[in-house]
Amino acid sequence: MNNTSILIVGVGGQGTLLTSRILGDVALSSGLDVKVSEVHGMSQRGGSVVTYVKMGERIFSPIIEKNEADIILCFEKLEALRWIDYAKKDAKIIINDQRIDPMPVITGKAKYPENIIEKIIANYKNVIVVPALDIAKKCGNIKAVNVVMIGVLARHSKFEKDLWIKAIEKTVKPQFLEVNLKAFEEGYNQSGT
Amino acid sequence: MKKLMLGNEAIARGVYEAGATVATAYPGTPSTEITENIAKYDEIYSEWAPNEKVALEVAIGASIGGARAATAMKHVGLNVAADPLFTASYTGVNGGLVIFVADDPGMHSSQNEQDTRIIARGAKVPVIEPSDSQECKDFTKEAFRISEEFDTPVIVRLSTRVSHSQGIVELEDRENYELKPFVKNPAKYVMMPAMARRRHVSVEERMAKLREYSEQSLLNRIEWGDKKIGVITSGIAYQYAREAFGDVSYLKLGMVYPLPEKLIKEFASQVENLYIIEELEPFIENQCRKMGLKVIGKDKLPVIGEYSAGLIREKIFGETSEKLNDIKDEVPARPPVLCAGCPHRATFYVLKKLKLTVSGDIGCYTLGALAPLESVDTTICMGASVGVAHGLEKARGKEQSKKTVAVIGDSTFIHSGITGLIDMVYNNCSGTVIILDNSITGMTGHQHNPTTGYNIKGEPAKQVDLVKLCQAVGVERVKVCDPFNLKEFEQVVKEEVAADELSVIIAQRSCALLKHVKFGPVLTINQDKCTKCRMCMRLGCPAIVDRGDHMEINPTQCAGCDLCPKVCRFNAIEKAGGRDE
Repeated sequence: MNNTSILIVGVGGQGTLLTSRILGDVALSSGLDVKVSEVHGMSQRGGSVVTYVKMGERIFSPIIEKNEADIILCFEKLEALRWIDYAKKDAKIIINDQRIDPMPVITGKAKYPENIIEKIIANYKNVIVVPALDIAKKCGNIKAVNVVMIGVLARHSKFEKDLWIKAIEKTVKPQFLEVNLKAFEEGYNQSGT
Repeated sequence: MKKLMLGNEAIARGVYEAGATVATAYPGTPSTEITENIAKYDEIYSEWAPNEKVALEVAIGASIGGARAATAMKHVGLNVAADPLFTASYTGVNGGLVIFVADDPGMHSSQNEQDTRIIARGAKVPVIEPSDSQECKDFTKEAFRISEEFDTPVIVRLSTRVSHSQGIVELEDRENYELKPFVKNPAKYVMMPAMARRRHVSVEERMAKLREYSEQSLLNRIEWGDKKIGVITSGIAYQYAREAFGDVSYLKLGMVYPLPEKLIKEFASQVENLYIIEELEPFIENQCRKMGLKVIGKDKLPVIGEYSAGLIREKIFGETSEKLNDIKDEVPARPPVLCAGCPHRATFYVLKKLKLTVSGDIGCYTLGALAPLESVDTTICMGASVGVAHGLEKARGKEQSKKTVAVIGDSTFIHSGITGLIDMVYNNCSGTVIILDNSITGMTGHQHNPTTGYNIKGEPAKQVDLVKLCQAVGVERVKVCDPFNLKEFEQVVKEEVAADELSVIIAQRSCALLKHVKFGPVLTINQDKCTKCRMCMRLGCPAIVDRGDHMEINPTQCAGCDLCPKVCRFNAIEKAGGRDE
């Protein structure tokens, strides 16, 4: 089978690391070779963060490059724009419709680009937009955005739903399990737009 | 059993499986998780040391004491530990001694991009380089074996992408390693000239034996494919090369110092074009050229930054990726920022307001150099803020110290700031040092240190008292102040900077991300009261946004730390959902 490359992009603190670990666990339990590349340290302090997940028969480089991603999971709109060149033409692009202003925008030195989602939809046909923050709020914890996104991804993946739930149970802390499972379910049931 | 593991986690597993019993380190991205994961094994004594030099010395002691011992650090940490390293190379080991050093090509989280192999060659210490998580574990065990067989410390060189990538690892049982007897042997362990001269001879003999070992070591392997192209590579560069070159022939080096010259020659003789693919310095390449081989390497590929399969394709084959969309927007950068609620924000706000020159240091607070706080003027290495401030005064006179402060974190101060402070005391400096005491080692992800009162396992430990420590070395003016008491803090800074004597200000407030830190409700801007003076924007808080016609506070970002109401002269910032009191 062909390798699958999944790019997870967002802002430090949004929980992209947990997402990639759940995804990695799902691939491992499916018997695939998998590599997950993370960045720790300084950029985690509210910077732009990217995690690469690659799975398939045999994976060499842990890095995904331009025009290589089969799926991009975007936790924030500006980050979707920043990494869009990494998508294959027929890539699935899942975007959390959330805006987090970076410091140059906050201080008025740069403008947050307009109509990001419209521009991406005009160029790529498999775009799914999710109000993940609202869904997470509804589930009772705004930090569950990442698991909502996993739910959406799970719906569009070839892996059994059960595998995802097991991976979540293994990865999240017991006291947050209930809210996370609810968030997963809500994400899974999103039809997208 | 198979498990998905970070390279660093796999290293920890390797240390465990090798039967090691002592591990010590100072945190440093991308190496930190090695020791954090070792600390999860109760069979291994583990600790955070105050700096990498001490950590290596402890590991050397443990090795002389007959245990298998490990220490881990980032590339620049090895500079701090270089002194014991160069002489531990002479003494050799008793129990195996392995030093894990993580380089950071691309400088994801570092102040320089140095190549550990060059220091290792200087110290005459063998270097092993894994390229994925499974090799991290396997090579670690082999490193302990080599260390003992050849009586040498061994460096396992990692890079950010190996340390911080997860891959599948097959777990094995822990070796039952018996503590070796400690035998008095001054000829081996007391490095004074007469003994050291003889040990240098042993080092050279050992290097010759290691060169022989390298020739038949399973760490080095040939993967034959199309012989039109041969690629010599190691570490993460191997993975990139495999993707870029495809089914050609590879000599994958697991041992990069000393190099297997005969194996390299044999491989070179069977391929038409020979490429050397390695990140950073032309370490393998220069050796190959010295051997008279015709190679393609740094003439096409950079010595700067990280590699990737795409970069190799571009530089070697001239292939570039075509743009698949018509999106041309300028994407604003998203640099890292001090978190909402961060105690350092208040400190830098005051330092900028007072227009002080700030010699900075290594930690989250290095971010005080970025807009809009823009206070930090220098950042060199761990502990340098103190010496740099002292040097500024000695160059420019005491007047300079009336407009200069050094800022240094609690952990960094213990690491190597204290020696600089002693220099200031001893040599009559009138400067001001601000210790940013946030009760944790922040940037590397919350490790305990000698000032926090807890050890690596989170158990209570003796706590270094920073006030008493500064007083004990001779600083007479030591002030403790919470920077969130903005007015008081500003007053203290003004006074201490103006003082004719040396002073230390301990800016004490916990990191906002610590679990015990609880803030009030989130804040909101009362638009009726707000005059758009933008004073609050000077804080550089990620929660306060300038919308052009008005300011607002993003409730998902706001920590409720209550700093911004203190800079608002119009009382326009209130607790969300109601008026303040």
